[in-house]
Amino acid sequence: MGQTIIEKIIQSHSQEEAKAGKIVWMDLDIRSARDFGGPNVVLNYEREYGDIAVAEKEKTFFTFDLCVPACSLKYADNQQICREFARKQGLKIYDVDRGIGSHVLAEEGLVSAGSTVVGTDSHMNILGALGCFGQGMGDVDITFAFRTGKTWFEVPETLKVEIEGKASRPSAPKDITLYILKELGTKIASLKAVEFYGEAVKNLTLAGRFTLCSMITEMAGIIGFIPETDESLREEILHLTQREYFPVQADLDAEYTDTVKINIGGLSPQVSAPYSPENVFPVNELKGTRIDSGFIGSCTNGRTEDFAAAARILEGKRVKDGVMLKVVPSTRRVYKELLEQGFLETLFASGAIISNPGCGGCAEGHIGLTGEGEVQISTGNRNFAGKQGKGKTYLASPEVVAASCVAGAVVNPEDV
Amino acid sequence: MAESVLSGRIWILSDQRGNLIEDIDTDQIYHNAHLHITDIAKMGEYALGNLEGWKDFFEKACPGDLLIAGRNFGAGSSRQQAVDCFIALKIGAILSPSFGAIYFRNAVNSGFPVLRCPEVEQLVHSGILETGDEVRIHFLSGDAQIINRAVSFHVFPMSEVQYEIYRVGNLYNYGKERY
Repeated sequence: MGQTIIEKIIQSHSQEEAKAGKIVWMDLDIRSARDFGGPNVVLNYEREYGDIAVAEKEKTFFTFDLCVPACSLKYADNQQICREFARKQGLKIYDVDRGIGSHVLAEEGLVSAGSTVVGTDSHMNILGALGCFGQGMGDVDITFAFRTGKTWFEVPETLKVEIEGKASRPSAPKDITLYILKELGTKIASLKAVEFYGEAVKNLTLAGRFTLCSMITEMAGIIGFIPETDESLREEILHLTQREYFPVQADLDAEYTDTVKINIGGLSPQVSAPYSPENVFPVNELKGTRIDSGFIGSCTNGRTEDFAAAARILEGKRVKDGVMLKVVPSTRRVYKELLEQGFLETLFASGAIISNPGCGGCAEGHIGLTGEGEVQISTGNRNFAGKQGKGKTYLASPEVVAASCVAGAVVNPEDV
Repeated sequence: MAESVLSGRIWILSDQRGNLIEDIDTDQIYHNAHLHITDIAKMGEYALGNLEGWKDFFEKACPGDLLIAGRNFGAGSSRQQAVDCFIALKIGAILSPSFGAIYFRNAVNSGFPVLRCPEVEQLVHSGILETGDEVRIHFLSGDAQIINRAVSFHVFPMSEVQYEIYRVGNLYNYGKERY
C-alpha cells in the first residue's frame, strides 16, 4: 500500500513504520519557542535538565512575536528569561524586531519541503504551505524537543479534498479558505492531515497557500498540503527561502480516509461571523454590519501580497472617520517590501495605523484588541468569544477588511 | 505510582439548556490575559474563567473530580496552561468525544488523563449521565461504569505511549528512561 504525504514525511524522520494511526518517534529538523511558551520551556528545561546542552543548538531557536517589543513588564521579564537561556546555550534568537516566528523561519531558509518543524505556536502548521510538516506544540513537548530533538506522534490519517470550479472573480485566497472551513467545519478534518487538489488551489501563490494552510488549525486538522505546483510558485519559494522546492507527493495508491469534493464555482467574498471561525456567510448576507475597527495582518494574511491587495482598495480613499484600521506586517522583510513598493505610503495616506511586525490581532500583548461592544473586522484566523477582548470579531480577506473600513460597515469590495 | 483505574464525581460541561458545550477553545479554558503566569499552583483560579456559566468552576471543583466535555475540547492555541489549570485544581481526568490535537498531546505529556469517549454525547443527551454522578474508568481496557446507576460504557483505552507517560508522571520522566 502506498503512502500519503504526511506518512512519507514522518517515515523519512523515523526508524519505525509510519502508518496512519500508529504512534512513532520522529526526528525534528527545527525546534523553536516563542516569547509565549518559551519562558515555560526555559523553566521546564532548567528544572529537568539543568545545564545540559540542548540536542543540536544549530537546529534550536527562539522567535519573539507575541508582545514585541514588550509592552508589559511580565513579557519584558519573560523575553529576558529566554534571551539569557539562549546566550548560555548558544542559541540563535530572532528577537522582537523580526516578526512572526513561522514566517521568519521560512524567510531564513530553515524550512524546506519534507522537513519537520515544531514551535509553541498553534499555527506552526502554516508551514504546510511550503510542504513542511510544521506543528504547534505545548511547552512540555518543546522542552523535550530541545533536549532530544525528537517527539512522539500519532501518524495522522489523511483526508483528500478536491476543490472544483472557479470563483466568480479573482477571488481572494481567504474567501476560498473560509468557504472550505465552512464546508469542512471542525469535524471532517479533525485530527487529520489534509491534501488539497484542484486548479483553484494549484493556482494559489505562496501567500494564498499560507492563508489556506494556516486555517487547518481552525478546521481542527493537523496539517494541510497543496502538492500541485507550477514554475512560478517554485520561483517564489526559491526567492523567499533560498531553497529549491521539491514537494513530497503522495503515492497513487495512498490510502485516504475519505475524499471530499468542494465546489467553489461562482464564489463571492466570504465573511466569518462571531463566535466561531467556521460560521461563514457570503459577504452580502452580512452587508451593512457596522464596524468600529479593522485589522490587516496575522500569520494568515500577513504577506506583502495581502497588504498590496488592501492598498489597491484604499488607493485614493480614506478610512471612514471614527473607524480604526490597524495594519501589522508579518515580518521585517514584508515591512521592507511594503516600504519599497510604496504600499505602506498608500495605507498611511488612507488613515491606517501601521505597527511593527508581530502577531497582532490575535491575542493580548499586541495591537488589535477590542473593547466591550466594539465590532472589529479582521484578516486573522480566530473569532472565539473573548479571544481579542469583549468585542465581536468578523474574519475576512484584506480586500473586504479594507473596503469595510472605508464604508464603516461590512461591505463587498466591489461596492466601494 | 499512578493507578490504572480512576473514580470520581462528574461535572458535565453543559450550557443552560443542558447540552454539552462543543468546541471549547483554550481561550475559554485559560484566557490569554493570564499567560504570563508560570507557577502552576496559581493557574487553578483561571480554569474555565472565560467560559460563560462556568467562571466559578474553580470554587466548586474538588480534587479528584472528573470533567465531561463536548467534542473538540481544547481547540485553538498551544498553551500548556489550559491543561495545567486543571492539574492545579487536581481534576482527575477529562472525557470528551474528541480533543484539539495539541491539547490532547499537552495533557498526555503532563501525565494528565484525557480520554476520548464518543458515547458521552448519547449518555448526556439521554440524561443517563448527570453532574454529580460517580464514574469509574479503567484506562487500559477502556471499561467504564456510572457507579450510582450501574450503567456501563466505554472510553478509548489509553495508547501505550499515553499510559506509560501517565504511569511515570510526565514526558520528561518517560524520556529519561529512553534517552
